[in-house]
Amino acid sequence: MQGLRDGKTLPVLIVLLALVVIWYLGAVWLNTPWQLDTYQRKSVSDWTATQFVTDTLNQNRPVLPAPHQVAAEMWKTIVETAPNSKRSLLYHAWITLSSTLLGFVMGTGLGIGLAVAILNNKAIDRSLMPWIIASQTIPILAIAPMIIVVLNAVGLSGLIPKALISTYLSFFPVVVGMVKGLRSPEAMQLDLMHTYNASTAQTFFKLRWPSALPYLFASMKVAVAIALVGAIVGELPTGAVAGLGARLLSGSYYGQTVQIWSALFTASAVAAGLVLLVGLAERLTLRRMGART
Amino acid sequence: MKQTTVPAIAAEKLGLTFATNDGPVAALSDVDLTISPGEFVSFIGPSGCGKTTLLRVIADLERPTAGTIAVNGMSPEAARRKRAYGYVFQAPALFPWRTVARNVALPLEIESMGRAEIAARVKRTLDMVELGGFEQKFPWQLSGGMQQRVSIARALAFDAQLLLMDEPFGALDEIVRDRLNAQLLDLWRQTQMTIAFVTHSIPEAVYLSTKIIVMSPRPGRVTDVIESTLPLERPLDIRETPEFLKIAHRVREGLRAGHSYEV
Repeated sequence: MQGLRDGKTLPVLIVLLALVVIWYLGAVWLNTPWQLDTYQRKSVSDWTATQFVTDTLNQNRPVLPAPHQVAAEMWKTIVETAPNSKRSLLYHAWITLSSTLLGFVMGTGLGIGLAVAILNNKAIDRSLMPWIIASQTIPILAIAPMIIVVLNAVGLSGLIPKALISTYLSFFPVVVGMVKGLRSPEAMQLDLMHTYNASTAQTFFKLRWPSALPYLFASMKVAVAIALVGAIVGELPTGAVAGLGARLLSGSYYGQTVQIWSALFTASAVAAGLVLLVGLAERLTLRRMGART
Repeated sequence: MKQTTVPAIAAEKLGLTFATNDGPVAALSDVDLTISPGEFVSFIGPSGCGKTTLLRVIADLERPTAGTIAVNGMSPEAARRKRAYGYVFQAPALFPWRTVARNVALPLEIESMGRAEIAARVKRTLDMVELGGFEQKFPWQLSGGMQQRVSIARALAFDAQLLLMDEPFGALDEIVRDRLNAQLLDLWRQTQMTIAFVTHSIPEAVYLSTKIIVMSPRPGRVTDVIESTLPLERPLDIRETPEFLKIAHRVREGLRAGHSYEV
């Protein structure tokens, strides 16, 4: 008990508990109209409060599903279904994850490449940066179907178009972070390299690149999360074939709110896992570079 | 004919004017200067007198706009390309992701020196600044004084005959500074290199130097050149001798004269 109070566990548990309570209250509140309707249609009039609450929390197509309904659905579609079945959330999560990862890797590469170009060339800095910023002001929902359609017309479908949408979103934080990071060495450190008559490449690899790594990891955490968003958005216009986006879409077609919420939770779990992995890579790299503890 | 040696640094009518938004600013004007090999020369003056700028011109970090300057008989750029000097900045400017040994190895890596040679030199120079045994520490694990000693080792690692130091001990407390001053004198005697040292501390300048160059601001110029009469062997308590105080007094007078506008 002592350890629980002194540590961070208790506050976290309290917040979690509060969220679950609020969720249950919200579920009861939002599902009440439908439940009253149902009772009226079936001419049930002798319902008790307990029965009413139980019924609002166990509807087939609730406005807001209760946590235990989402948990049961996730258990059924993740654990009890074979991962290669089209009914398995793992199957859909993998479809989305694969295009997320491909898009994230391409986006990070593109972002680093653009940052290096911007660093070394003032003309590129002036001419390209406005376009890079403009690219992010276009709503991804508007441009994603066009990317899918155009690429379909040239014979590309499936993984690549979705990954390209992820790339489109994820290169941006990497460019911004890496330009800042590559310019982060102090004037004194740059002067020092100058006194050693170091070449541009030596200055880059021995000073600018290591200085930029903390910025790169911070950018990659943002990039990997929005790469997932990009992949899901990319799945919406494909006619709901497969992937978490497809689950969201088909769920909303058929009013399967429990399915929508399960897909949402899976998506956020995947995002959290990805950010955690980038964080782990960050800790390992920075520790090797002598960062404190 | 007399045997002539090439001066370590020779400047004639040297001037540097920065263009700023408020019009041109003369950072240096009409500086004449000769430093012979093996001298320990201090530049002293209030801030804005151009002493750091002068050091940066010698190091080819700034280009003069008037006059001539030669380092070892070459242009500063040629001297820099030949790695003729080591530069110690106001702050240690160590790379935090490199260990002490790898920080000292940095200029040697840039020269593409072989591994065994780098290891030998790193060990030798770290021993010179009394930091043997700290090779695998990271900069943040060392005190400020130790960090600055690492940066001195780094400047010594490639055997340049000229050491340029820009207020290297300015950020350190007086006790540490005294010790490092004594160490630096030892180092200078051991290596017989030429040292150009920028400072704003009168005792430091007098204690270290064979020659003190007093500068004054607006425009930055040399107002006095004092040849030290102190012996080469200098224990710390030499600073209480009348000889020492006499030189310190002359430096102070020079600084004061620089501030009046009749000069």
